[in-house]
Amino acid sequence: MILFTWYLILSGVLFSIGAVGVLIRRNAIVIFMCIELMLNSVNLAFVTFSRQLNSMDGQIFVFFIMTVAAAEAAVGLAIIIAIYRNKATVNVDDINLMKW
Amino acid sequence: MEIVIPPFDLKSISPILIITISAMLILVADVFFRKTFRDSLGYISFLIVVLTAMVACTQMGKTVYSFSDMFVVDNFSVFFNLIFLVSTAIVILLSVSYIKQEGINYGEYYTLILFATMGMMLMAGGADLLTIFLGLEIMSISLYVLAGFRRDCVRSNEASLKYFLLGAFATCFLLYGIAMLYGTTGTTNIKEIASFLANNPSLSNPMIVTGTSLLIIGFGFKVACVPFHKWTPDVYEGAPTAITAFMSVGPKAAAFAAFTRVFLVALPDVEQKWSIILWVLAVLTMTVGNLVAIVQKNIKRMLAYSSIAHAGYALMAIIAGGDFGSSSLLFYMLAYTFMNLGAFAVVIVLGRKGKENANIEDYSGLGFKHPLLAVTMCIFMFSLAGIPPFVGFIGKFYIFSAAIKNGFIILAIIGVVNSVISVYYYLRVTVVMYMKKPVREFAPLSLSPFVILALIITLWGTIHLGIFPARLIDLAQKSTLLY
Repeated sequence: MILFTWYLILSGVLFSIGAVGVLIRRNAIVIFMCIELMLNSVNLAFVTFSRQLNSMDGQIFVFFIMTVAAAEAAVGLAIIIAIYRNKATVNVDDINLMKW
Repeated sequence: MEIVIPPFDLKSISPILIITISAMLILVADVFFRKTFRDSLGYISFLIVVLTAMVACTQMGKTVYSFSDMFVVDNFSVFFNLIFLVSTAIVILLSVSYIKQEGINYGEYYTLILFATMGMMLMAGGADLLTIFLGLEIMSISLYVLAGFRRDCVRSNEASLKYFLLGAFATCFLLYGIAMLYGTTGTTNIKEIASFLANNPSLSNPMIVTGTSLLIIGFGFKVACVPFHKWTPDVYEGAPTAITAFMSVGPKAAAFAAFTRVFLVALPDVEQKWSIILWVLAVLTMTVGNLVAIVQKNIKRMLAYSSIAHAGYALMAIIAGGDFGSSSLLFYMLAYTFMNLGAFAVVIVLGRKGKENANIEDYSGLGFKHPLLAVTMCIFMFSLAGIPPFVGFIGKFYIFSAAIKNGFIILAIIGVVNSVISVYYYLRVTVVMYMKKPVREFAPLSLSPFVILALIITLWGTIHLGIFPARLIDLAQKSTLLY
């Protein structure tokens, strides 16, 4: 039997990969994918805890996170398309009209 | 297996229901009856918000837990609901002519504002981390869209993208924090977390420590605390001005409502022993916000940094804790609503299509050209700086005295010093208005009756509540959290 700890470690590793990806990648869509990865690592943690504690709350929470992630994906991609139409780039380094 | 459906009490969420249903109706009305309704959607939404505020008032004075303890109506949430509704109503008044002028007069605008308001109300009334998370996301997703509402404007797009990417990033941290708390306590309900932690030593548990830190990051982002504030000025500058006004007040208050409830109710132990972390955050937030605001040339950016500084003062109220601290937070949030929305109302009045005139330079000579408007702006600037007899002074005084009473004397001193620093950049606007020659021609003002109404409401709030704050303070004291 695989210990619950391993799932949690996997979740932590995925979360870190996602966080590092957000910080170092420059393509808005890749950054967005990294955010989705982080959300899914949260889901994994919730499901693990839910199983470990024998409580359903965590799994319910996962459903809500998935729904919210879907809504966020819709809005996020729309925003990225809007910016691509005006600037023809999705590189976040070039999206720098405002600073300081 | 027999499934028992828990009882649910629709009456407890009646303000949220009204807002949600009417937001949907507005969306439908805009699609199917665009010609008939197009110009009246603003008035209709304004009336809806007023109606909801009246319904919310009737909920004052009782504490009702509903939906299996996931949602709570108590004075605290009702008071915050009133703050949200007041700010939404004023923003709608400011928007009616603004969005026509900017050519973004679509029905979705009002729908999204109402949905964001509904999310805020859900956050203030959330008695479960799930409800708070959902409210936060409903609010944030509506705001991502609203920030980019001027679709053809690159700055607006950029604001929206930055807000979206960083907002979603922060949400992940918040969620991981919730997962950690859930893993330790076995529940996401705030009351149950509190009772679990009361019976178990919490600070030795690494999961609680990590979870709490992650929660601080998540909420800190939403209230724009200093290490997590970098998005604020860019988003405030790029978003349509009416939306900037909206973002600077409602969502911030909502995040503070949730922050307070989570930290003072669910994690009181952590809050007390960790007050040093919040202490550092508050000092950084005030200082960086005020210092960077000094060098800003754009008034929207200046107000953004000023709003960061004000988040620092409000954080001080949470650190002070207890009834005194939370009642000062409530008072300050309402005070801030009036004065900040007023300042943005003046910025909106002076803007023209395609030219926001948002540089502080553009205000030079305003005192001679439009004396009444300049006096109004001065009043809001004085109030934001915390000069008596305006409401900003009472609010700050209240917070500082709460901090001193609960033993955070150094924090209060730093707060006062910061308040003095802030006078510099608020008064610079006044100086420019009265002591400089105009650098540009002032077009005749096109004041719509709605903007005038908004200015009157905010002026009334700023002056009247500053001189006669007793009733509001009384109300705020009755609305503190019941432990």
